[in-house]
Amino acid sequence: MKERTQRLLEIADDELILGWRNSEWTGIAPLLEEDVAFSSIAQNEIGHARALYELAAADLGTTADELAFDRSPEEYRCSRLVELRLVPDWAATIARQVLYEELDAERLTELKASDDPEVAGLAAKIDREEAYHRMHAQMWHDRLSGDSRFQAALEELRPQLELRGEHADEFEQLWEEMTSVRRSVAGATW
Amino acid sequence: MVTEQQVWEALAGIPDPEIPVISLVDLGVVRDVDVADERVHVAFTPTFLGCPALEVMRDAIADRISALGAEPEVEVVSDDSWSTDRITPAGREKLREHGFAPPAPREAGAPQLVQLQSNGFRCPYCGSRDTALENIFGPTPCRSLRYCRSCRQPFEQFKTI
Repeated sequence: MKERTQRLLEIADDELILGWRNSEWTGIAPLLEEDVAFSSIAQNEIGHARALYELAAADLGTTADELAFDRSPEEYRCSRLVELRLVPDWAATIARQVLYEELDAERLTELKASDDPEVAGLAAKIDREEAYHRMHAQMWHDRLSGDSRFQAALEELRPQLELRGEHADEFEQLWEEMTSVRRSVAGATW
Repeated sequence: MVTEQQVWEALAGIPDPEIPVISLVDLGVVRDVDVADERVHVAFTPTFLGCPALEVMRDAIADRISALGAEPEVEVVSDDSWSTDRITPAGREKLREHGFAPPAPREAGAPQLVQLQSNGFRCPYCGSRDTALENIFGPTPCRSLRYCRSCRQPFEQFKTI
């Protein structure tokens, strides 16, 4: 697999799985406004995953849906951080958003400078949208920075960010659920 | 044979699926129309990548072209070429008339939280600048929620990207 394809898949997997985890807050966030915010962020992350999978799919001669849902759990290359099921721990959820947005901002800056116009163009578009996710993370970071639970969560989660390929125990269950409808009718089109 | 102008006119009749007061042409998402014999190629850019209306827009474009008796080819361009600056002046006015504050112009650099929290946004109902950010996120990825302290009316702000 080309280096570009590998990299696109890694980022797409991060966005898909984090989007999935963030959607678990829909309806149960501590504030109504956060129900809206987390649902919208989740939707946008899954939209980013789709656009990234589409570029990778063109390299591999497949489709975005096949990459998102037809691979086996061990083939996903996402960070262990995004796999963790953190509901109902709000402090840890915000800590994850803060850590993830930092990593994502660095990597988007790098991709925007790529010689590959498809990668650079898509990264620039994603980065503009991510600016709003970063503002949300920053707002909550400022609000919780004096809270010891939030600080402890940051310390505990930070080392998980760069771990790839060693899945968290709860990833298998997420995969089962995420792919269940698609697996239920092989070859169906929607 | 279909002309480019007929295609643009047909596309100007497609309302945005989420904010139907504005057409796809006023939204600035139709980037290019190319007519070659009976084939019509349209390049269009999504507003936000997480927009749930993407497929609906793509299919609506294809349907209108088919209705003109031509064969549609719709290309989705996921690069950085769309920004809220592409919304036409007429489109911005239509948004305002229907209670959506239009986006601020895209300036150098990404928007900042401090800008959103400022009262630089005009209420589309009473015109007051005494407005506050309620939520960066709204009912679709492209909208934020604001509140007017003058007329006590909540309203939606089109995000600047």
